[in-house]
Amino acid sequence: MQEHDLSYVRMEMVNAQNAPEREKGVTRWLRKNLFATPMDGVLTLIGLLIVAYALPNIIRWAFIDAAWVGPDRSVCSTQSQGGIQPDGWSGACWAFVNAKFSQFMYGRYPVFERWRVNLTAVMFVALLVPLLIPRVPFKAINAIVFFGVFPVVAYFLLVGGSFGLSTVQTSLWGGLLVTMVLSFVAISVSLPFGILLALGRRSKLPVIKMICVVFIETIRGVPLISVLFMASVMLPLFMPAGTTFDRFLRAVIGLSIFASAYMAEVVRGGLQAIPKGQYEGASSLGLGYWQSMGLIVLPQALKLVIPGIVNTFIGLFKDTSLVYIVGMFDLLAIVRQNFSDSNWASPQTPKSGLIFAGLVFWAFCFAMSRYSIYMERRLDTGHKN
Amino acid sequence: MASQMSVRAEEPAQVSWVNDPKTRGIVVQVVVAVALIGFIYWIIGNTAENLRRANIASGFGFLSGRAGFDLSQSMIPYSSNSTFLRAITVGLLNTMLVAITGIITATIVGFLIGLGRLSRNWLIGRICTVYVEVFRNIPPLLVIFFWYVGVLAVLPGPRQSVDLPFGGMINNRGFYMPRIIAEPGFWLVPAAFALAVVALIGIVVWARRRQMATGQTFPTVRVGLALLIGLPVIAFLITGSPATIEYPEMAGFSLQGGWVVRPEFLSLYLALSLYTASFIAEIARAGVLGVAKGQSEASYSLGISPRRTLRLVVVPQALRIIIPPLTSQYLNLTKNSSLAIAVGYADLVAIGQTTMNQTGQAIEVVAIWIVVYLGLSLLTSAFMNWYNAKMALVER
Repeated sequence: MQEHDLSYVRMEMVNAQNAPEREKGVTRWLRKNLFATPMDGVLTLIGLLIVAYALPNIIRWAFIDAAWVGPDRSVCSTQSQGGIQPDGWSGACWAFVNAKFSQFMYGRYPVFERWRVNLTAVMFVALLVPLLIPRVPFKAINAIVFFGVFPVVAYFLLVGGSFGLSTVQTSLWGGLLVTMVLSFVAISVSLPFGILLALGRRSKLPVIKMICVVFIETIRGVPLISVLFMASVMLPLFMPAGTTFDRFLRAVIGLSIFASAYMAEVVRGGLQAIPKGQYEGASSLGLGYWQSMGLIVLPQALKLVIPGIVNTFIGLFKDTSLVYIVGMFDLLAIVRQNFSDSNWASPQTPKSGLIFAGLVFWAFCFAMSRYSIYMERRLDTGHKN
Repeated sequence: MASQMSVRAEEPAQVSWVNDPKTRGIVVQVVVAVALIGFIYWIIGNTAENLRRANIASGFGFLSGRAGFDLSQSMIPYSSNSTFLRAITVGLLNTMLVAITGIITATIVGFLIGLGRLSRNWLIGRICTVYVEVFRNIPPLLVIFFWYVGVLAVLPGPRQSVDLPFGGMINNRGFYMPRIIAEPGFWLVPAAFALAVVALIGIVVWARRRQMATGQTFPTVRVGLALLIGLPVIAFLITGSPATIEYPEMAGFSLQGGWVVRPEFLSLYLALSLYTASFIAEIARAGVLGVAKGQSEASYSLGISPRRTLRLVVVPQALRIIIPPLTSQYLNLTKNSSLAIAVGYADLVAIGQTTMNQTGQAIEVVAIWIVVYLGLSLLTSAFMNWYNAKMALVER
């Protein structure tokens, strides 16, 4: 009887139906992501037009029509310009980059001594990679070797003058070598100095605080170019007569001063974000100023500002391109210098050279920013607030 | 009790003065101050000695001397017979010109790209992401060179100028546009524009007051646009079109007439705008993402339309997050304008360097740079702080 009563309840489930045609697969994705509203559709079409115009042109210029190898400018210029390409041709001149590649890397570093640069580069990578991968052990030893021993070894290797190595003047250095050395030194100097300046700015001692504020704000208020000029023109004036400064050293000093001021502000942001209870807790444990800073406050503060620190590094790496203004040949400057080589002068040369330099800079900066995102996620303990 | 009191009273005596934070602080400060003063004294002594050897007179007297160099672009009358002071003024004006135009363009492009990255449209989002990731990771100097030697310098010469719409032309000497030449009576047009601005401010104040009192809204934007465009046009027609348009024309080996933008300025302006725009885009994106989702949902549930929600709820809150970092980007752009020296645009640093080379007055020139750039920074931050205070959250 009861069974009869309930018979209107469905005993067997109907098979699940397929989603409506417009709600599945590619159509759904298209509708949702490209044509959600009429306005969206218009934007998509505009975007498609941009891509459809730019992408084939870029690919044809950079790959299909590009001149990859060649002895001189003739492969990169049209017949009316005195080359071998048909008139109206337009393509990248990678042959120029190919021919000048070693210059772009080493500058005028003597050819037979370039193994020293290579060796330094290998050591740099071999020490840096394990430092960056969190799982590799011996971080402390690694860091000490990287920041303490490696610079000394690299100095003797690159500059020479002892251990039977011939001296290579820094005026011969150039290209990526200069870019890397400048950024490495400026980065390793600016972090400790930046931390000291930030602590000084937060200090309760008025004289220390004032000195740090004036220094930081003056340097941050003026362009890097003027700091570099200061370092290159005024440094010799400030020193006792007869003191000569290597041009390279001047650029390093200018860059380091500049980066320290920016680093100080980044670190200060981290220091301010640490709750007062942490400082008080440290004091109540009987820790002195340096102990409480070094053991309690700074580890937390630095972790908070890793993205800011890496951004400063990226900015610094890009800013090394400005040293050409004080007469140094970093990667960008040496690429530019080679435009004037009459053997390679063609309308396509500057574009190709600059795009190559851009790719190198981009690869380094992009890698740094990705790594910072990765570290930020890894170090996020989940109790930020 | 008494014994406790006595212990407290004795306590300071137990702490040796070496360990007293106060004395320590004073000692440290005195030591640092003495060391710094000594260092500065030493530097000044060395500098004076070096300057004496090089026969360079210190002081700003050189500013009234004859400059003797020509400048490619100047907004005020300038010739090589003008003084150094005038040359430096030209440089300052040029710096401000490129900074202001660059800031305006970078803000517009940056916000468009930043909002584009947030759009639900996949393609637009991708294009904007590529833009940001490319320009953020390339030195601005390289972008400047790219425009200057890669694009603008390989344009055809004046004889084969490329024609643009509205009578404009572009070649490797610059970007030429038709120029409006005012005739007598033309002054009424800018006057009408100024009148329209004044009227608009009045209308805005009145409309806000009325809305506060009665709740009625007023179509301020539409009326404002009509006023700003309409009044000058009416003034122009009433006075009998007192203006002619001068088109750039070929004369000899170059284009004559018209309004010309030099490639130096163009490359610097484009590069700085596009570079800074990528940073502003990220700031704008972070600002909009920083507004809690509940805010717009609450607004919708009150029956406020999406557009007004954006204008009245999301944007004001996003601006609070955006303004401080935006200020520092504006300052960065202003400072990066000193890269002008790389393409020979006559900005403050470029002219300063020429002056330095000619007179040897390094310290004075650097002092001028510091004063000017710090002044510009302070002005910009003062304005942005005022704006920030206006927008900031007013808490009870």
